[in-house]
Amino acid sequence: MASHGIRDQVAIVGMGCTPFGEHWDKSVDDMLVESSSAATASAGVDLDDVDAFWLGTMGSGLSGLTLSRPLKVDHKPVTHVENYCATGSEAFRNACYAVASGAYDVAMAIGVEKLKDSGYSGLVVPNVAHDGSSAQLTAPAAFSFLAPAYGEKYGVDSQEMKDVMTRIAWKNHKNGALNPRAQFQKEVSKETIECAPLIAGPLGIFDCSGVSDGSAAAIIVRAEDAYDYTDHPIFVKALSFVAGPATGTVDPDYDYTSFTEVVHSATDAYRQAGIEHPRDELAMAEVHDCFTPTELVLMEDLGFAERGMGWKEVLAGTFDLDGELPVNPDGGLKSFGHPIGASGLRMLFEAWLQLRGEAGDRQISSIGLDGAPGKTKALTHNLGGSPGSCVSFVSIVGSRLD
Amino acid sequence: MNGIVSYGVHLPYWRLDRSKITQTLGQGGGRGTRSVASFDEDATSMGVEAGRRALAAAAPGYGGPGILAYATTAPGYLDKTNATAIHAALRLDDCVPAFDVGGAAKSGTAATIMAHNGGIAVLSDVRTGRPGSADEAAGGDAAVALIFGDDAVIAEPVGYAPVTAEFVDRWRVPGESYSRQWEERFGEHAYVPLATQAVGDVLKQADVQIGDVDHAIVAGLHTRSVKAVSKQLGCAPERLADDLLDTIGNTGTAHWALMLANVLDQASPGDLVLVAHLADGCDASLLRVTDEIVAFRERQRSTAAEQLAATTTELDYSSFMTWRGFLEREPPRRPEPDRPASPPSLRGNAWKYGFVGGQDDGGFIHLPPGRVSVESGAIDEMTPVPMADRRATIATFTIDRLAYSLAPPVVAAIVDFDGGGRMQVELTDVDPAEVKIGDRVEMTFRRLYTVDGIHNHFWKARPVRS
Repeated sequence: MASHGIRDQVAIVGMGCTPFGEHWDKSVDDMLVESSSAATASAGVDLDDVDAFWLGTMGSGLSGLTLSRPLKVDHKPVTHVENYCATGSEAFRNACYAVASGAYDVAMAIGVEKLKDSGYSGLVVPNVAHDGSSAQLTAPAAFSFLAPAYGEKYGVDSQEMKDVMTRIAWKNHKNGALNPRAQFQKEVSKETIECAPLIAGPLGIFDCSGVSDGSAAAIIVRAEDAYDYTDHPIFVKALSFVAGPATGTVDPDYDYTSFTEVVHSATDAYRQAGIEHPRDELAMAEVHDCFTPTELVLMEDLGFAERGMGWKEVLAGTFDLDGELPVNPDGGLKSFGHPIGASGLRMLFEAWLQLRGEAGDRQISSIGLDGAPGKTKALTHNLGGSPGSCVSFVSIVGSRLD
Repeated sequence: MNGIVSYGVHLPYWRLDRSKITQTLGQGGGRGTRSVASFDEDATSMGVEAGRRALAAAAPGYGGPGILAYATTAPGYLDKTNATAIHAALRLDDCVPAFDVGGAAKSGTAATIMAHNGGIAVLSDVRTGRPGSADEAAGGDAAVALIFGDDAVIAEPVGYAPVTAEFVDRWRVPGESYSRQWEERFGEHAYVPLATQAVGDVLKQADVQIGDVDHAIVAGLHTRSVKAVSKQLGCAPERLADDLLDTIGNTGTAHWALMLANVLDQASPGDLVLVAHLADGCDASLLRVTDEIVAFRERQRSTAAEQLAATTTELDYSSFMTWRGFLEREPPRRPEPDRPASPPSLRGNAWKYGFVGGQDDGGFIHLPPGRVSVESGAIDEMTPVPMADRRATIATFTIDRLAYSLAPPVVAAIVDFDGGGRMQVELTDVDPAEVKIGDRVEMTFRRLYTVDGIHNHFWKARPVRS
């Protein structure tokens, strides 16, 4: 495989993240100003010090002008990227490669999305002209295909599946309650989650991520320059992005209990980072919990649980904040909502905080800080599309050079 | 010898118990039930379903119709031909002409005349009336397709006698969803002598007596006249064909053909069938059933009675009103589906209307057809594979309570076709609570939605019930 990776070649030296939520009083421009300012301040640089920008947004603006206009970026390259719900991660990946190539000294990856201004609940995806032959299902419906398929394959009855899904939502809300940037900062009882009105298949309201506005940004420099900016840089160990051939929707061999794209990008990322046992070696993971069955399946696709065993691990608390491998310690999409272009960078922001020991009440105890023993690597995972037809991104970042 | 060589009926899955009209409105209704086209059906889609059944039941070696003539009082479009969508869905050769006929109940006869020389006549109707009206309760929705030809004729024509008359008994201004009628007794005054003349003429033409007729079909939108003519015919009551009004209702353009199909479902070789259709005059025909009817029944997928038995009367009046557009209900806070674009629809005609997939050299079936093989990556080595008649099995499913629909929730499934091929498809005519992995489904042509006046016709899956 000719995916060589850029292990330890670039580092994040500053990050910013707005609170996520219903920002009726803020525009896309406002959020871009806030996250970029926070990121530059965090890195101790001025906007003028940034050589190139990668802006991720799916539906909140077109072209580099979406960023250059509000920030008054002075005749510099601003690249607009879009890759469904992995848009923010894609902006980050491209900015990293640009710095690693030597083309730029300082790059900014920034993601933004304003969903609440549409007036609709859920995602509104801009459509290209079509022949009307595709079933126009909502995102929760498309992801809810996973639940009966998983239950059928592994002999998990519908009540057990509901318990597992509820446990995931409960955990992520519990984590989000500790996060001042989360859209929802309250714990939610399992009973409330389980008894919520159904949205799609077995998915109730609490099995779905919220709809929110938000923005997040990162400043990227060459690893060798990292300590010029901060005492606690985060080094990029692996970046893997794949777009699947979308054969799951046409191939009867696909069983709707896995995202093959995630398996491919995770395998590639682990290879780039030199990770053999992700569950043991990672301190935490931020994964794309757009809907609760998604997080369940991801535990297996990312190699955190054996096939068919993920549901038991979820129930056992393996992925709780104080579990063996905390997953979505910041509360995930579940607590943050999912402003598409921002989510991937929001996940990295949590890795940034945790690996630097800045996560406050939700700081993971197994993380080794300032050279102390402990784990030093985190994974972020971000996907777009729907089961059978996805794009997937996996990053691994760490607080130490290997 | 020219005559009917095959026929097919489509009855919607839904029927409305007329007592529910009375329960809701305190008027209207009556006894029995009426058939109701589902929210995703229209005269075009029902015509396709009837046509599919007729074509499937044609004798081995049947080469296809030479013309398609389509009649309805409920056309999806004006200016644009509706028959072309039926033509495309039936995968008829592009050299076969397709025409719409009129907007009058009488036009079913015209379609039959157009098709009598080796064509297919599709008669399909969605009948409605203002809430609480007699038409609302009495109407019914159904489609019938009749195929004509020279070989393996199951019913041959013995005579045809039309009588034409101009009088204003029932009328509807274009754009209105219901028709109006003159005083009932006037219609009877006008119709009965016309029918008497037409029936007399056709019997004389064929040199038979009314006592020789084994099945007498009298149809028309004017119920009082139909009853009067039936009574005055002079044939034994048991020889009067079931008018299907108690169960299906009056299906307008399609009704005489529906009654005929129901008669042919049960007729014996040699039976003489009289059809008198009262519409702006009267068209009287005589047909004789042939020995071929026996072989036809073995090829027939389902009789009208069998289809009727597979319907449900669990339809609320409020749903009926909503489907008909009389009750505008709060939509979900989701964007409406967007308009299907004409250029991609034309490019994908075989898929969108004909439900034709692509099969690569290795046998893998692609739905929709693509240019590149999923398995081998080979480019442009696909052969078309018609999939509409293959059944499929549900691999997984969902019930989408958020998606936009006139009949929420939307039920959708991933289905795997017998012999290969998978797709995500919406289910219809289904109880959401009953769906499960492993269920068997079959394909049905439907109107998914209408945006900007463009009807989006495509295929859905429905449970296999027979």
